[in-house]
Amino acid sequence: MVETILNRTQMLGRATLDGFARLGRASLFLLEVLSNLGGMLKRPGLLIKQLFSVGVQTLIIIVVAGLFVGMVMALQSYYALVDFGAENSVSVMVVLSLLRELGPVITALLFAGRAGSALTAEIGLMKTTEQLSGMEMMAVNPIERIVAPRFLAGVIAMPLLAAIFSAVGVMGGYLVAVELLGLDAGAFWSQAQENVELIDDLGNGMIKSLVFGVVVSWIAVFEGYDCIPTSEGLGQATTRTVVYGSLAILVLDFVLTALMFGK
Amino acid sequence: MNTRTLELMVGLFVAAGIAALFMLAMSASNLSSYGGDEGYTVKARFDNIGGLKTRSPVSAGGVRIGRVTEIGYDMAGYEAWVTMSIDPQYDAFPIDTSASILTSGLLGEQYVGLEPGAEDEYLASGSVITLTQSALVLEQIIGQFLYSKGDE
Repeated sequence: MVETILNRTQMLGRATLDGFARLGRASLFLLEVLSNLGGMLKRPGLLIKQLFSVGVQTLIIIVVAGLFVGMVMALQSYYALVDFGAENSVSVMVVLSLLRELGPVITALLFAGRAGSALTAEIGLMKTTEQLSGMEMMAVNPIERIVAPRFLAGVIAMPLLAAIFSAVGVMGGYLVAVELLGLDAGAFWSQAQENVELIDDLGNGMIKSLVFGVVVSWIAVFEGYDCIPTSEGLGQATTRTVVYGSLAILVLDFVLTALMFGK
Repeated sequence: MNTRTLELMVGLFVAAGIAALFMLAMSASNLSSYGGDEGYTVKARFDNIGGLKTRSPVSAGGVRIGRVTEIGYDMAGYEAWVTMSIDPQYDAFPIDTSASILTSGLLGEQYVGLEPGAEDEYLASGSVITLTQSALVLEQIIGQFLYSKGDE
C-alpha cells in the first residue's frame, strides 16, 4: 500500500520534472532559433521557399473559411439585431468580431492544423531519417538551415493570413447583409467606419496574430526537432503540435484580450 | 516548381496580405476620419457627465469635430472634468461657447455638443468652457415627472 502511494507520487514528480525540462529545452531552442535568424540574410531563398509552403498553400483554406465565417456572422447578428431595429449595426458586429477575435484566432487554429503539423512532420522526418545529424556532420547548422527559415516564415505569414481572413470575412458579411438581407450598402460601411478604431481594433488584432504566429511556429518546429525519432514518435509529435498549438492559441487569446480590451 | 513561379506566388501572397490590411484600414475602420492627436485641447466642467466615455465624439451642429480624451473628477469642486481634443481646422470657436452632454437618439451613445457663442476671442489650447449643461439622467427626469404628477 505504502509502496504504491510512493510509486504514484514518484510518477507525479517525474512527470512534473519532465514537463519543466521540456519547457526549458523549448525555451533554449527558441533562443537558438532567434540567434540564428541572421543566417537568412545570406540565403533569402530559403525563407521564400518556406513562405510559399507555409503561407501561399494555406491561403485557400483561409479564404474559404473567412468568407463563410463572415457570411454566418452577418446572418446571425442580423437575426439578433433586427428585433431592436438595429440591423444596420450588423457591419459593426461582423467587422469588430472579425478584427478582434475571429480573424486572428481562427486563422491561427487553421494555421496550426494546416501548416504547423506539416512543419512538425517535415522536421521530425528529417530527424528520424538522420538528415539533421548528417547536416551537423557536414558542419551545416540544421537550426540555421532548416528550422530558422520555417519559424520566420510562420511568424511573417500569420498576420498576413489573418488580415486576408478578416478582409474576406468582411466581404462575405457585406454579401449577406447587402445582397441577401437587403440592408443599405452605405450604412454598412459608414457604421463600420464609425465604430471601428484603427489602432485599438485592427492594430490589436494584428498584434494578436503576430503573437500567435510566434507561438504556433515555435511549438511546431520544436515538436519536430524534439520528437522521438521513430514513426510512432513522429505521429505523436504532429498530434502534439496541433493540440498544444490550439490550446496555446485559445489561452493566449484570453490573456491578450484581457490585456487589450479588458478595461 | 521553378524559382520564378515560387517567388511570384510568394510576392502575390504578401501583396494580398498588405492589400487586405489596407482595405480593412480604409473601408472598415476610422482611418479616413482619423485626425491624429494634433488637435487642440479644451476642458469643461460638468455636474454630471452621464454615460460619457473617453473617445466619445465632440460635435458642433451635428458634425463631429473632435473627441473626448480624458475624464476626471475634481475633488475640490466636486465636479467632473472633461478634456476634449478638437481637430485643428475648427479653431475659431468663441470663448463663450457652451458645451452640453447630449444623447444621439433615444438610447444612443452620449456625446458633447458645442454651441458657439458670440465673443470675438477664440478658444485655444488649454481653454476652459464655463457654460456647460450636464447630461440628462433618465431616472432623475422620471423622478421629477412623478413628483410633479403627485402634486397635481
